[in-house]
Amino acid sequence: MSDRRRLIMRLAAGALVLLLLWLPQYVEAFWLQTGLFAMSAAIGAIGLQLLVGVTGQLSLAHAFYVAVGAYGYCFLAGGEKLGGGLDSPAGAQLPPWLAMILAVLLAGALGALFSPIAGRLRGIYLGLASIGLVFIGQHVLFNAKGITGGFNGRDAEPFSLFGFSFSDTNPDSFAVFGVPYGGLERLWYLGLVLLAIAWWYGRNVAQSRPGRAMQTIRDSEIAAAVMGVNVPTYRAAAFTVSSMYAGLAGVLLALAFAHVVPASFGFLLSINFLVMIVVGGLGSIGGAVAGALLVSALPQLLDHYSGSLPLVGAPGGEGLQPADASNFIYGAAVIAVLIFAPGGLSGLGRRITGRRRVTPSSINPEPKESTT
Amino acid sequence: MSQFMELLISGLSLGCIYALIAMGFVVVFKATNVVNFAHASVVMLGAYLVARWHGSLGFFGAVAVAAVCCAIVAALCDIVLVRALRRRRGSEEVLAILTIAINIVLGTALAREVGTDLLPSGAPWKSDVTHVLGVTVPQTRIAAAVVALVLMGLFWLAFTRSDWGVAMRSAASDPEAAALSGIRLGRVAAGAWALAGALAAIGGAFFTSFPAAGVNNTTGLLALTAIPAAVLGGLDSTAGAVVGGLTIGVATTLAAGYQDEIAFLGRGLSEVVPYIVLLLVLLWRPSGVFGTREVTRV
Repeated sequence: MSDRRRLIMRLAAGALVLLLLWLPQYVEAFWLQTGLFAMSAAIGAIGLQLLVGVTGQLSLAHAFYVAVGAYGYCFLAGGEKLGGGLDSPAGAQLPPWLAMILAVLLAGALGALFSPIAGRLRGIYLGLASIGLVFIGQHVLFNAKGITGGFNGRDAEPFSLFGFSFSDTNPDSFAVFGVPYGGLERLWYLGLVLLAIAWWYGRNVAQSRPGRAMQTIRDSEIAAAVMGVNVPTYRAAAFTVSSMYAGLAGVLLALAFAHVVPASFGFLLSINFLVMIVVGGLGSIGGAVAGALLVSALPQLLDHYSGSLPLVGAPGGEGLQPADASNFIYGAAVIAVLIFAPGGLSGLGRRITGRRRVTPSSINPEPKESTT
Repeated sequence: MSQFMELLISGLSLGCIYALIAMGFVVVFKATNVVNFAHASVVMLGAYLVARWHGSLGFFGAVAVAAVCCAIVAALCDIVLVRALRRRRGSEEVLAILTIAINIVLGTALAREVGTDLLPSGAPWKSDVTHVLGVTVPQTRIAAAVVALVLMGLFWLAFTRSDWGVAMRSAASDPEAAALSGIRLGRVAAGAWALAGALAAIGGAFFTSFPAAGVNNTTGLLALTAIPAAVLGGLDSTAGAVVGGLTIGVATTLAAGYQDEIAFLGRGLSEVVPYIVLLLVLLWRPSGVFGTREVTRV
């Protein structure tokens, strides 16, 4: 890549960041909400990418760990409401920032607990066994009413840091350049910071020494073991890190919704995460973010514009439902990506910008001929 | 005790249906190394077609036509979509993701067709029951068990005795050698998918008959329960599919029958039991009960 091209890319990235920072000044609540879902999805997708795309361990249990993060936060930060109902779910009443960290650690701990099973299973059996976790998790969410609130779910405590609440109150009127910043605007920035940290960490993991080891495991476990990579440890670690990402995604999702219900953490969510990383391009962190943006925003957009789109009808009315339409689009997109563009969005992006991914084989493309 | 016997027999007959569906899953995996998630929506397609057509064709005619249709759809899935990726030696995981995507498209289309309706399968036995050994069993379940046993027997004969069986076994054990000896891998693969589709249609028809109410838009999700059945027996073992199917059938029925006794574990446990059994079995034997252990030579 030439210097000039690199400069243009850097400027474009910088402009994008500025735009993201400036956005709450202009857009309405709907867009902020959609953006927050996308950020949460992106964090979760980065985690799944590290596990599936980088380490090559198929997992369909991601929704379970997202649920652990979301409900973990609600339980740890929540508590008895002032004058609340008699059977409001229990809570630990911890400060929200501590609850967020602990919820992420909880998801990680459950991931580590599953990793003995994950370590024992090979290949496709792992993916199939991990489906079980989602269904068992759903069962617990519906039945442990004391903690989860059962079918109706429970409210999420607003996030706050040093007395500054990420909700519509406390400080009650908070305006930037004359634009009042309510809960969604404040959460927008929290989401951006969390996503930035998640992206940075994910890139570093994927491109550093552990990342190389994980890629070697993906390509050949035996080769990795021969090279001195401790395969079971790395697989367990990848599973744990991935579930921590899912936990963080869950916390952000709970904050964005302000209310969690079991139905949002079903098998479908696991599949959606898988769709995100495949459409984004397996193995690419940036691709996971792009895929997450596409997959999480598409149904919302179709829903929002269902009136003015051809073929798509209003929700609950005649014609193609927005949810069904987005299902068709994802399904077709995944099939098309796998068959025609195995690199996904990130592969297409690289083709357009002419950037080549730096892989060990592109650093040293031709193995030297042996002289025998 | 009589309740236990009743549940056991009912569970075994449900297990036969699971075994039929799981068998299609295993056949596809054996022949093409693809874990076929789209199988769930092919089951639903079969059940839906039977529910749609039993009025004009009769139940048996509808099942036969649905079996042919599902066989064609499944074979087309392989020929049009999966084969290209298989040829490129896509890994098992990527192939599984592809079939998940097919399942999304097919499942959404079917769920849209069915809508909020509940379509009965129109089995001629309706809700009649028979007393066997002092135990009440629905007649549809007896028919399902008989059909399943006959089909499994036929399948076993075809697999061990016919040219097709030899071709499929050799294609599964060493594709290159099979291709070199003149076996058309593409045909064998498409044949396996077609067979799986036909089994799915028959399984689906019984799956939605009494005591089940009929086809609704969650049938595809329920049919996913056949995956634990196939996996716990071992993905590449037809005997395993039968054992897995029976195990899941009995476990589900027992959990549903004794739900008052196990109410402390929460309501609706019978829907989760297959997955709990699956995790426990895989902990004990990571490749299923009869599955081939993965051996890698360096």
